[in-house]
Amino acid sequence: MPPIRHGIADLGAPEGRAALLENARIFQGFADGSLKPFDVSLLGVEPGKPGDVPVREGQTFSSRRANEVVIDRNTAFRAKLKPGDNITLKTVQGTDEKYYTLQVAGISDGQQFFLRPSVFVPDITWDKIRPKGVEPAGRELAYNVFAVKLSDPAQLKNMQQIIPQRVERVETADIITAYKKTPGYAEQQATLETQRIFTLIIGVLVIGGFFQIQTLQKVPQIGMLKAIGARNRTVAFASIFQVTVVTIIGVAIGTALTLLLAANFPVTVPIVFRSNTTTIAIVSLLLIGPIGGLVSVRYSLRIEPLRALGLG
Amino acid sequence: MTIALETKDVMKTYKVDSGTINAVDGVSLNVKAGEFVALVGPSGSGKTTMLAMLAALLKPTSGGIFIDGHDLTKMNEGERAQFRRERIGFTFQANNLVPYLTAQENVELMLRLNGKLDRKGKDRSKELLARLGLGERMKNLPSQLSGGQQQRVAIARALIHNPSLVLADEPTASLDTERAFQVVETFANLIHEQNRAGIMVTHDLRLTQYVDRVVQMRDGQIAEIVDNQAAIAEQVIKHADDHHLEGLKVLPMMRPQPMLG
Repeated sequence: MPPIRHGIADLGAPEGRAALLENARIFQGFADGSLKPFDVSLLGVEPGKPGDVPVREGQTFSSRRANEVVIDRNTAFRAKLKPGDNITLKTVQGTDEKYYTLQVAGISDGQQFFLRPSVFVPDITWDKIRPKGVEPAGRELAYNVFAVKLSDPAQLKNMQQIIPQRVERVETADIITAYKKTPGYAEQQATLETQRIFTLIIGVLVIGGFFQIQTLQKVPQIGMLKAIGARNRTVAFASIFQVTVVTIIGVAIGTALTLLLAANFPVTVPIVFRSNTTTIAIVSLLLIGPIGGLVSVRYSLRIEPLRALGLG
Repeated sequence: MTIALETKDVMKTYKVDSGTINAVDGVSLNVKAGEFVALVGPSGSGKTTMLAMLAALLKPTSGGIFIDGHDLTKMNEGERAQFRRERIGFTFQANNLVPYLTAQENVELMLRLNGKLDRKGKDRSKELLARLGLGERMKNLPSQLSGGQQQRVAIARALIHNPSLVLADEPTASLDTERAFQVVETFANLIHEQNRAGIMVTHDLRLTQYVDRVVQMRDGQIAEIVDNQAAIAEQVIKHADDHHLEGLKVLPMMRPQPMLG
């Protein structure tokens, strides 16, 4: 979305305005004094308004002009920063290289944009320090993203009509659509979705193969059961019961290991396990077990007792 | 004694490239309740095919097979499975016990399949195992039992549900000589005591000393029936050089101490 160079006043009285995004680079410090650069997203937000960043350690910005930053805990971990520390940001403005010293006010949790850890600054400070060309004096601060929080969510459509009437060249979207329209988001999600689907397909094949081998090893036993008069439905029930029990135990162990792993993920790994997605994964895996096992159940039903026992 | 098993002119024909072969060719045979019969013959004589038909696992091409008056040839797949479950007992060459069930649970499997596993059934399985010398081994898994003990569990499983006909396919194939004698003698005693009809397919003619009749098959037909112990012993020796019995074991007679008291 191209920056919209219009004053905030044009919007009238919005509930909030925030999220001005630039790419930036800060440096990871090592014990021997060396520095390793890593890329971050530099975001300007209006303190206390929608879009502001929740702080889990330290405090939020003292004003819109404060020379303060709130850093993502990933950034804090990698650059070994804590509240009260200072960082120096090098930026190119026009033809000059300028250095700004900012104090770490607080640390946020899980705030990453474009898969990069984030550094938040107050919106007016952001406009002062961000990389930019030569601009005329007296230019009003321009925003490229407005966050409008509705007290009545039912007014969404109404507000989506009002905003373009007051601000030129603006696109409106609810927050979900806005996320989805983020450059690269759809492609990234499609990749993840493909991985998820293929994981399930592979799961079906692996579970199917596993139980097929199990069944092949039990051909004489199944043949014996049929020879002594076991009904097909008895054999099928026993097979399905076994598949289900093994799947439940496997999924339970897998879930426990996943949650244990997730609890011990380094902060630099941008993965969050949410209860709804985890539940969907568990239910999907519980369903694919019996589906994968159907082939072996069918095979069990086709076992000829005569052949299985070597009588035919 | 009542007739438990009757076959009338049973035939089983297979198509092969060169035409057809009669694996079983017009076999008629009666076995009374309480009678133990050995089915002997060289490889390819049709005894295994005959056993499979008697077990309701294979339909004859023609003829009739009657067990307790029920004609197996008129039954569909489901009816034959039910008949096997209720009226026939099996022991196989490999005992095929379920490895993760105890000896007692393996025996009770037949009662469970018939929906008759109650307190009385459990007591009967314990009693039967005790009679077979496995009173201390009821809770053992098959892997914790010797080959002879496993085969005795299989015998108990074949008898627990009071079948009319008990079939044994080379039940001693994997046992040493002494164990083989013990197992067959035990089997014979139980068949006589419980008044079942029993048929055992065997290659080992020494084991025929425990049966009431020996039916010798050759080329799909009954070649000879011998029905007294002296004649059986005589036939064993007589056929020792018979090329039709090639592959059969004929070794000196020996009788171990009986297991049942």
